[in-house]
Amino acid sequence: MLAELLQFLVSGLTVGAVYALVALGFTLIYNASDVVNFAQGEFVMLGGMVTVFAVAAGIALPLAAALAILVAVAVGLLLHRLAIEPARGASAVTLIIITIGASIFLRGVAQIVFDKRFHQLPAFSGSDPILLAGAAILPQSFWVLGGALLVFLGLFVFLEKTLLGKAVLATAANRLAARLVGVDTSFVLALSFGLSAAIGAFAGILITPITLTSFDVGTLLALKGFAAAMLGGMGSPLGAVVGGLLLGVLESFAAGTISSAYKDAVAFIVILAVLFAMPQGLFGRRSVERV
Amino acid sequence: MRLSPRWQFPFRARWATLLILAAVIGTIPWFFPSGFYFRVAALVWVTALAAVGLQVLMGQAGQVSLGHAGFVGIGAYAMALGPKYLGLDVLLCLPLGAIVAAAVAFVVGRPILRLKGHYLAVATLGFGMLVTMVLVSEVGITGGPDGIRVPRAELFGWRIRGGETFYWIAGVALLVGVWIALNLQDSPSGRALAALHDSEVAARTVGIDVAAHKLRAFVIAAVYGAVAGGLLALMNGFVTPDAAGFLASIEYVTMVVIGGLASVPGAVVGAALLVLLPQTLTFLHEYEQAVLGVLIMLFMIFLRAGIVPGLAALLRRKAA
Repeated sequence: MLAELLQFLVSGLTVGAVYALVALGFTLIYNASDVVNFAQGEFVMLGGMVTVFAVAAGIALPLAAALAILVAVAVGLLLHRLAIEPARGASAVTLIIITIGASIFLRGVAQIVFDKRFHQLPAFSGSDPILLAGAAILPQSFWVLGGALLVFLGLFVFLEKTLLGKAVLATAANRLAARLVGVDTSFVLALSFGLSAAIGAFAGILITPITLTSFDVGTLLALKGFAAAMLGGMGSPLGAVVGGLLLGVLESFAAGTISSAYKDAVAFIVILAVLFAMPQGLFGRRSVERV
Repeated sequence: MRLSPRWQFPFRARWATLLILAAVIGTIPWFFPSGFYFRVAALVWVTALAAVGLQVLMGQAGQVSLGHAGFVGIGAYAMALGPKYLGLDVLLCLPLGAIVAAAVAFVVGRPILRLKGHYLAVATLGFGMLVTMVLVSEVGITGGPDGIRVPRAELFGWRIRGGETFYWIAGVALLVGVWIALNLQDSPSGRALAALHDSEVAARTVGIDVAAHKLRAFVIAAVYGAVAGGLLALMNGFVTPDAAGFLASIEYVTMVVIGGLASVPGAVVGAALLVLLPQTLTFLHEYEQAVLGVLIMLFMIFLRAGIVPGLAALLRRKAA
């Protein structure tokens, strides 16, 4: 029984770590611009797909991964420069539709450049499960959890300890005030797109050995990441992490104990219940509507 | 509070819109080179009907829904499940589906609509997912991912079939739907929705029952979706869970926004665009998706308020 619970917990945290990374990407861009970037899942797809094809072309895995992150960052910056920046001042919903257009575009390009098949990467350090208190854990799970932890810590240090990070936080708190004290908010916005893309691609690389990847994995991940960000409270990086992990664990336990067909249903019902009790999510800012 | 220009000639504008739409529906069949075009155009009108419903909710009441296709799915599956399990005539299932959708919207909407903005979006998204999941998982009842057959409709011994017949049914349904939506926009209820769209607090201070009005808009949107779904099922003779899926919901939102969030005819234009573009882009083969994505981005960058309001503003500027 305990072994089973541990099994569910670890597999839930593994998937949840990916949701958390996607949710973090959402949060960074949202804080800088109020845009909910529905192309966020496409960064994850790019991370996985570019790595797969680079490895297939004979490039060593670490180099392939770095290349994939670079490609995703370039795409993120281009997305900002060519699609978001020209529409500056448009309403939030217009910007969201632009990102939906971008995600359709990226998916379309990916199926031409790559293909429509599923692809796998070899696990980074073997695929013999490690037995831990009766639960069989894939070594790749540790890579995912460790990698996610690294991102969380890195992002925390960046936001809290560096001047640039504080500029990002200031922009999130109040764009106009940030501009008044000399923060280059459009640079912060570009930075957020680049950073989100890098985080997304990183998540895609880590998870591909477990879940496979294809040109259209982004949609579902974007949807889950969005739900996770809402669960945690939109705009809160801590909320994104907690929301993502929670969502993953919920799904895993629901799949293991109730029904795998309805695992997403259970997760969404819990999200709804949380939102009814806390309409701003777990860590969201309480906002007072100004009249 | 600033009144948008659409309030200025509501009466004239409303009849002009309806007349133009009726003229389009009535005349374009003259230009159809083959029967296939009737089917595509019927699909446009039916999709537009669903989009108009979402426009009432999103454009007029300002409430986002990422689960609109869930209601389309309910309407569509009613056409298949009603005859199969309840032995009902398939035509009777059209209003039945609408009633079920309205009831579901009424029950679900009450708690969900307390949420705002992106939180509402994720709650409606969850609703849509639940509907899809039930349709996919209950294979014994719904046929699962493979879908289910919808019986042919028969009215007094006359079998309803063929692209041309459906073209006129869908066209009339859309005309009625647009007429109701336009009337709603200029009714006290519509003004209340517009007021709460701008500011819920301000609306409440002038005595508008915000929760009741939001719920009504949600139910209206659900009925539009279900009727459109029912007609769609009847036309295709078949439904799959994709009709209720997340991608379909996203498409409806895109239609409403790209056509112009504040505009009822905008929803029709948006629907026409998103149904017709993939049909016309097929010559691009594998580049179809990429081009579709670029077009959506370009439309939104250059006509931010949407196609109909954006073009109207351009024309006004030219005239002035």
